[in-house]
Amino acid sequence: MTATEPRPSRDTDSWARPVDRLTTTASGAGMDTVTGRRAVGPIQGFGQMWQKTFSVRLDGVDMTPEQLVAHWKERFPTFWPKGARFYAPLSGIAPGEVALLEVQAVPGAPIRMSTGVLVIYADSESFTFMTPEGHALSAWITFSAFHDGETTVAQVQALERTSDPIIELSYIFGGNKMNDRFWEKTLDNLARSVDVAAPEVVSQKVCVDRRRQWGHAGNVRHSAALSTAIGTLTAPLRWLRRRGASSGTGGSSTGTGV
Amino acid sequence: MTEKTRVEVRSTDRPDASVLRIVGEITSGSEKPLMDAFAQAVGGGARTVILDFGGLDYMNSGGIGLLVTLLVRAQRQGQRLLAVGLDDHYRQIFSLTRLDEAIGIHDSTAAAIGAAV
Repeated sequence: MTATEPRPSRDTDSWARPVDRLTTTASGAGMDTVTGRRAVGPIQGFGQMWQKTFSVRLDGVDMTPEQLVAHWKERFPTFWPKGARFYAPLSGIAPGEVALLEVQAVPGAPIRMSTGVLVIYADSESFTFMTPEGHALSAWITFSAFHDGETTVAQVQALERTSDPIIELSYIFGGNKMNDRFWEKTLDNLARSVDVAAPEVVSQKVCVDRRRQWGHAGNVRHSAALSTAIGTLTAPLRWLRRRGASSGTGGSSTGTGV
Repeated sequence: MTEKTRVEVRSTDRPDASVLRIVGEITSGSEKPLMDAFAQAVGGGARTVILDFGGLDYMNSGGIGLLVTLLVRAQRQGQRLLAVGLDDHYRQIFSLTRLDEAIGIHDSTAAAIGAAV
């Protein structure tokens, strides 16, 4: 069985190649919960599907959309709100690259989640991330810039479902709004970086699909938030076990009695 | 709306299946022509809508997002979406985004109609 004959496409170089399991060249994060995982989009998520659009006009800023997106890609980690960390891959934000993240699983929560994103699309005016299994969201998130009259506008647009019932519950009880604040703050930081004194971020949110996909409730088994929480809670036990092992053997690295 | 997207509604041998032939590009600006064509096909009685991408020459990530919102609309109304006319490049995009798990891909319109049970 063959596909239609190939023909040149203007977008060929902007898309990543399909990948079965993710790998990354990024480093610096405490845990790598991304390697070996699959990328997931809103089709594979559990919760209601939301389309969120955040935008900010860069009035008085003499930058083309291409210049802004280049600036955004180059300094991407610096625009994230405090408490969140983005570890870029060696080649930067380019199709096929995988970055690592450390974020609060639910904004405001004490548990941090180590996860990542796959860059599925990047051109001179936009780039798009796709989340991996284990991320709180199953999402595509697009960062872009465009002209509105004489003014360049920066935009973040997400098409997302929460990945599992636990995250969906947190979304119902405030997590959804807190996620909005994350992107609003990101755009605020971006605008201020190009000398917009008082940025006004405009937000629009639409529930595209009110149905929850119970067939994907099992995504919880991949949850990076859950594994991070379990790891955090069991850390004292592992410390005691290691301590017991080293004192029982006088510090030998091949000790017995463990 | 972009004039860079043209969507032609075509009937098939089956009264409950229609083809939407997409010509040009699919981006987030293609919403109106695509949704209008879908509404026309469904209004004509189609339960299965076959998206023919044979005339597609550009799609960005906004276009993939648009296809997902079209898919949600179809599912909500009890319709089914199938795809034909995808070359290797666009099949790879469907695979990368895992859109192929929700929109069945076929090698021909006839094969898609055969699957439109």
